[in-house]
Parts: sequence; C-alpha cells; structure tokens
Amino acid sequence: MTDIAPPARYDRPSALAFLGYAAAIVIILWSFAGAGFSIDKVISSPPRFADFLQRALPPNLEPQVLARLGWKMLETLQIALAGAVIGVILSVPVALLAARGLIVGPWINQTVRTILGFIRAVPDIAWALVFVVAVGLGPFAGMLAIAIDTIGFCGRFFADDMEAADKGPAESLSATGARRIDVVACATVPAAMPAFISTALFALEKAVRSSTILGLVGAGGIGIELKVGFDLFDYPTAMTVILMIAVVVIAIEQLSGWARTRIIGEQR
Amino acid sequence: MTDLLTTPLARDVPAQTGAALSAPVLPVDLRVTDLSKHFGDTPIFQDVSFGLSRGEAVAIVGANGTGKSTLLRCILGLIPADHGQIDVLGTDVGRARNAQLRAMRAQIGLVSQKHNLVPRLSVLSNVVQGLLGRRPGIRHWSQTLAPAPSREAAMTALEKVGLAHLASRRADRLSGGQSQRVAIARALVGQPKILIADEPTASLDPAAGEDVMDLFFRLALQEGVTVVFISHNIEHALRYGDRVLGLADGRMKLDARAHNLSADALRGLYD
Repeated sequence: MTDIAPPARYDRPSALAFLGYAAAIVIILWSFAGAGFSIDKVISSPPRFADFLQRALPPNLEPQVLARLGWKMLETLQIALAGAVIGVILSVPVALLAARGLIVGPWINQTVRTILGFIRAVPDIAWALVFVVAVGLGPFAGMLAIAIDTIGFCGRFFADDMEAADKGPAESLSATGARRIDVVACATVPAAMPAFISTALFALEKAVRSSTILGLVGAGGIGIELKVGFDLFDYPTAMTVILMIAVVVIAIEQLSGWARTRIIGEQR
Repeated sequence: MTDLLTTPLARDVPAQTGAALSAPVLPVDLRVTDLSKHFGDTPIFQDVSFGLSRGEAVAIVGANGTGKSTLLRCILGLIPADHGQIDVLGTDVGRARNAQLRAMRAQIGLVSQKHNLVPRLSVLSNVVQGLLGRRPGIRHWSQTLAPAPSREAAMTALEKVGLAHLASRRADRLSGGQSQRVAIARALVGQPKILIADEPTASLDPAAGEDVMDLFFRLALQEGVTVVFISHNIEHALRYGDRVLGLADGRMKLDARAHNLSADALRGLYD
C-alpha cells in the first residue's frame, strides 16, 4: 500500500478547452435547429413509414417490369464500369503530377491537388447536371460524371499512395543513373500498385452507388425509374427499384472485397 | 579511445598523395575533399577527405550515426553536401547537371543494406532495370520489353551470382541472401567502374552474410572494379578492404592499409 494518492479520475479542462467544448455543443444544437429537427415529426413518422411500407409491399415483380428494370440496372452498371475505368486510367497521369517529389515541382503538385480538391468538392449529381447540359440527356452524361468523380477520388489517393511507397527501390534505381520517369515507372508505381488496386476497387463501388441516382437528373441508369415510381405514387415499383439497387450494390461490394483479397492479399 | 584514435589521422597510406602507394600510380576514380554535411543544426561529418585508386577496395567503418551512409549518398549525388568537393570518375558531383550526374551514376553499382529490389517484379526484370542508367526508356522497364542483348546481359549477371535458375521468380519470393545476390547482379549488369555497398550483409544471418561478401568481392576482383563498402563487421573490413577508413565523432579518424591494422584497433572506433 502506497502513501501516494492516485491521480484524479478526470483532469479539469483548461478555460480555453471548456470554451471549446461549449462552442462545439452550441454549434451542434444550432445545426439540429437548422436541419429542422423535430421530436414531434420523429414520433409521428413511424405510422407514416408503416403506411408507405404497406403501400410499397409487396414489390412489383411482374415479369415485364422486372425485365425493364433489369435492363436499366444493367445500363447503370455499364455507366459505373465505363466511367470508373476511364477515371482510373486518367487518374494515373494526374496523380503523377500531384505526387510531391516525384516528377514535377511543388507548384504544379499544389495546382493539380487544388483542382482535384475542387473536383471532389462538387457532388457527382452536380457533375451529372453539368454533363447533361454539355452532352445531352442519357447515359453518356452519367458516364462522364462518374469518370470525373473518379479522377477526383483516385487522383488524390493514387498520389498519396505513391508518396507513401517504399523509397528504397527508387533510390537504388536513381543510383544507377536512371531517369526520374524510369524510376517512377519501375519502382514507385509497382510499389504503390497494391494500394492502386485497392483504391480503384473502392472507386468502382462508389461509382456503382453514384450511378444508381444519376438517372434522377436524366443522366441515365435506373435512377429515373425510382423518380417516376415516386412521382406516380407507384410505390411497389419504387420498392422493386430500391431492393434491386441494394442487392446490386451489396453484391458489388462483396465482389470487390473478394477481388481485393485475391489480388492484393496474396500478392502484397 | 585507443591509441589509434588519439593519433590524428593515422594515415600510413595518404589517399593518392603518392608517396606510400606502390607504383605504378593508378588513376583516381573517386576523390572527396574537405566534405562536410549537416542535417539542420546537427553536424553529421566534417572535413572528410580521401581518394580511391582504380581497383582498390575501401572499407568505411564507424559506429551508428557517424554519417557513413550519408557520405555514400553525397558521393552519389543523391543528397547535396554542405561543403567540400566530390570528384567521381571525372565528374564534379556538386556542380554537375542532372544529365551529368546520371551519366556518372551509370558507371556506379550500388548494393544497399536492404536489397531494395522491386518486390512485385521478377528477378530478371529487377536485373534488367540495372541497365536503365545506360539504356534509359521503356524497353528496360521490364524483362518482357527488354531487347535480347539486355536480357542476355541480365541472365549472365544472374549466372554469376548463381541465380539464373530463379530468373522468372518474383523478387518478394526470395530469401534474404538470394535477394542480396540479385541486388549484386543488378549492380554488376551495367559493368560499373565503381561498386558501392552500404552494409550489404546487415539484414542477413552470419552464414548468408559470409556467402554474399565472398561472392561480392570475388566478382569485384573478377571485373576489376573499385569498391567502397560500409561494414560494421570488423573482420570483413580487414579481410576484404585494401584500406580502411574510420569515422568517429563526425570526423575521419582513420585511413590506413588493412594489413597494418588489428581488429582491436578498429574496435576502438566503436567506443
């Protein structure tokens, strides 16, 4: 038994920390108010939700509806895959420009990173609206929206992956007199490849999720069916669309996880 | 401190100053003059000077943190020195433009403490990439794209280190000793004039370390290249080095012929 008293269970916060906590609580409450948070609505919503479920279930499983929605879902996946592939491919050169200490100087790195930040800041649905104006209604606008969104995502993470890659092989190749571009191609990119694959698979998952709602603004895919279902109060069909999206997104996530383990898990 | 260390620069053979080197006088491949390097306010080494004749093998010894690896990186121009001059194969490293530095490095082979192979590529691709200094471009990014003479040169280098049969194996499937042998093949494939090795046996068990050192110096002798190597293994320094340079307290405390030195004297550098 020691005579020394144990330290206090809790440290008294400094005045500044206390003010910080208080300010954080005020901001959170203010946000709730701004978001129209209402206990009354929370309490009254379950019966309304139950009413929706009653009208939406069972989902519409008529063969011709399933066939139509199936084709739209297929189009959605095509938009996602094509957009993600183009985005991932274009992300590699963009990332080479964004990665610090690799090929170009800090000014170009920072400029490219700022542009990538801007691309990520604009939501994919907004990009879809822009491309609908630029190339017209239809899946091509959706594919372009997915591609640009993927560049914003992968461009930044590919650059980070290359910056974090083991520098040893790159230094050894530099020491042989190899040019910077050769060093990047032979040492940096292969070292970052497992991370590239992982990021690209996440980008594909993200693209599939995004592509399901691009139809809401006329950029192709199954989203338009969801909008029409709700607009016409055809809740069973809307429910079919929701379930179809859920099944496909979960399946793609599982597939992507499996591929990630197979490709990276064994080869890393 | 031993007597050796209290004696200022015990140079029984002053580097390329002529007198003690046996005739004929060989060309100097590498000369370092009054070199100093700081990282921030921390001095790493100061006023380091030495020269290396063609075909000579020099061991650099010293405790951790004495700047041995930093010195090698300065020599290769991978990091700039703060003061002093480095002349490698006629290139003033401090003033050389990028293209001149690359041309100089193309005549040097480096074997690092970690083998630094590209793990996901095949053994042959790793060795082919050792030619990038002399033959830049996409055709030497991988053995698949490499022209036949380069593939042949890489296979010959692998044959010399006894690993030609593993040419298609992925580099990350090799043992530590095999990896270091491949690193030696990669360093030799470009037929360098100088070989630099930074603790090549540090990550290996003693038996593999002996094998690698034997192979490294047998090949270096065969090819007639100048060798600079860092080693914490005093036996290696004395056995494989013609000369031993000792760094302690950021200064060159020893520059002597290996056969004039005892292991005990070198251990003093680590006190």
